[in-house]
Amino acid sequence: MTTWHDYVQATSRLPEWPYPLRFGKVKEVVSDVLVIGGGVAGCRAAISAAQNGATVALAERGNAKRSGAGGSGVDHWHGACTNPCSRVTPEDYTRAVFDSAHGYTSGPVRYISTREGWDTLQEAERLGVQIRDVGDEFKGADFRDDESKLMFAYDYLNRHILRIWGFNIKPAIFREMQRLKVDIHNRVVITSLLTENGIQGNRVVGATGVNTRTGEFLVFHAKAIVISTGSAGRLWSFVPELTASSSMSDMNNCGVGLAIGWEAGAEFACMEQTMPGRLSGFGYAPYSMANAHNTYHGTPIVDANGKEVPWVDGSGNELKSVAERFLPGPKQKFILGDGIGLASYNEEYRNNSLAPDLPERIRKGEFTLPLYADMSRLPEAERRVIFNMMLTNEGKTRVPIFDTFTRAGFDPEADMLQAPVMLPQGYAHSNFWGAGVNAPANIRAQSGGGFLVDWNLRTSLEGLYAAGGAPLFGGGCHGESHTTGRYAGRQAALYARGAAVAKPDKDQIQRELCRAQAPLAKPRDGIGWKEINYAIARIMQDYCGAYKNEQTLNAGLRLMQDLRETELQAAYASNPHELGRLLECHSLISVGELIMHASLSRKASSRHLDFYRLDYPELDPHEWAMLLPIKQLGGQAMIRELSLNHHLEAPYNGDYEQNYRQHCGL
Amino acid sequence: MNQTVYVVPNPPTPNRIIQFNPVNCTGCNSCVEVCPTDVMMPNPEQYQPPIVVYPEECWYCGGCVEECPETEALTLLHPASQRISVNWKHRDTGEVFRLGMKNPPPARQMTVSGKRSASRK
Repeated sequence: MTTWHDYVQATSRLPEWPYPLRFGKVKEVVSDVLVIGGGVAGCRAAISAAQNGATVALAERGNAKRSGAGGSGVDHWHGACTNPCSRVTPEDYTRAVFDSAHGYTSGPVRYISTREGWDTLQEAERLGVQIRDVGDEFKGADFRDDESKLMFAYDYLNRHILRIWGFNIKPAIFREMQRLKVDIHNRVVITSLLTENGIQGNRVVGATGVNTRTGEFLVFHAKAIVISTGSAGRLWSFVPELTASSSMSDMNNCGVGLAIGWEAGAEFACMEQTMPGRLSGFGYAPYSMANAHNTYHGTPIVDANGKEVPWVDGSGNELKSVAERFLPGPKQKFILGDGIGLASYNEEYRNNSLAPDLPERIRKGEFTLPLYADMSRLPEAERRVIFNMMLTNEGKTRVPIFDTFTRAGFDPEADMLQAPVMLPQGYAHSNFWGAGVNAPANIRAQSGGGFLVDWNLRTSLEGLYAAGGAPLFGGGCHGESHTTGRYAGRQAALYARGAAVAKPDKDQIQRELCRAQAPLAKPRDGIGWKEINYAIARIMQDYCGAYKNEQTLNAGLRLMQDLRETELQAAYASNPHELGRLLECHSLISVGELIMHASLSRKASSRHLDFYRLDYPELDPHEWAMLLPIKQLGGQAMIRELSLNHHLEAPYNGDYEQNYRQHCGL
Repeated sequence: MNQTVYVVPNPPTPNRIIQFNPVNCTGCNSCVEVCPTDVMMPNPEQYQPPIVVYPEECWYCGGCVEECPETEALTLLHPASQRISVNWKHRDTGEVFRLGMKNPPPARQMTVSGKRSASRK
């Protein structure tokens, strides 16, 4: 007996709600620093705030021990530029990313991530995460430094990306939070930020939330807040029955941090940038199919007749040996690596990959489907490091893939894993399991945009900081999230030291309490949260898809508002779980509105932002090469223009290092 | 066939994302406690395996299995549409296999890299 259906049919009883119900009850939580979102960034923020003398509370949607996009592990750490083997400086790296993004990323976020990335990783090592080959399992391998025992990924020459044994990184930092007496509140969906006197744009002084097991209403009071929540994964793409298992963001990802920041009046950048919904589902179980990307980088791909697909360097030159797949080509300065929140790469920093004309060659019959991964063609150490090391440490692979495959008898030395069979254009990207070609064309995903922050990772609101891959404009991947979290937590603690206690507005709290509990009292003749979520996704797909114009975006905004006032008003929740999911739909609507307002603000198309306006088709006209920071004031979107280089212009210094030293708080 | 027939909604999709083994599961609810999306509820009866209530909210991280203090008490199962997709071919013989097949090949030994691998169950 495992499922609800099993239970009710075996017992002829409906199970009663198992947790104590506390509808209408209010719990007050007071701390110096509040962290919203307990993924890797949030936990690191909480730890570093506590290390800097602050009392810390943390509100997490799931259970912070294993939750978040990084909760189930990590196999490599990007941007460890100051590790003793690295040949890339933080400044080189930041400029490479900034140039590749054509300026549409955050210089401070990228610099801080690479300047402190190695320190942050060493702190994880002290907490029990293995980051060196201490057992000499890979002694003598090309990707290992025998003195430090560090192991490298993607670029064995420049050595700024490290392979690590990160399967237990989340439980390790969770235990450290407990040791530092962080006041952890699991199963809380945050619904709003509280501002001084309840006025939009004022200093942030707290937050409200609901416990999704008990229904209890929580009021958090804090001098400083760090937002480190997930992306709005359910915004365009909502078909959980089909896509949850193949998605790289879980159901809790609904952009709560972005939504509450937008409603509180914080400023955002590049929210108009989106990308195809490659990792939002419609693919296969992550890492479960043959591919040559990320964890599987370097894996030989052969066709149905055993003919191997060639690899090329970052300039498109065919590579002759397996060893070359892990070295920069003659025109590459260094390899940035995949999965760092970057939509395109300049040639000097591009990764080696399968031949990009593979789709055309499949169409012409040169390669016969299905394709397979043949790991037996790899040197023994490369095969072992991919299968027995990386697949046992990367997120969603240790139990779901490695254990499952090994129990099922799969042998990487003797067996060839099949790739998905899909439209030929699906093979243009070497991450075959993502199968972006299977996602409907109008399924988009957030890409790169987020809170606009300064060199302190402070948002435009006093007392409010941001960290992590999803909420930060320019945020990266797993390691970068740890690092920005650690930095933002320190900054929040330093601010809180000198900040006065500020009282939140009672009316604001009361309004929020009413809004957050209302769905419980609705008659059951309305609809539930899933149907609301589908409607939100429909609006985003139709009116803010790959192509948009003034009319579609305004229609989308009108329909979101209409949805708020009609179906959403009548939507009900039967229990605290449904209430949590429904309140998340409120957040999704806010994020959708933010994205559509941001899309209206850019009256030009941009290849760099993957942003296409049918009414302004000219691509990247010079006069639009700028950020358009956007915030909300009294229900109106306020937009200003900002130089792409603002982080190196007055009042800042022209030098990354000096800006960092002035603001890092060390 | 004299059992009672009930009116119930269709089985959800996916349905059996986690399979508990009632012999080994002690009903400690460690998996319930740690699940990021709260897909399970404690069983009203003590010492019984939890009930999967929201299977479509599972994102298959495997945290429930890692957290379990027992051996072989629960198994994570990808949806059938994904199990059917996972195929492999023996390089030398051309023999084909798939995840979930009838008469699967014998399980292989878990050779996990890392200093903590010795305790891997």
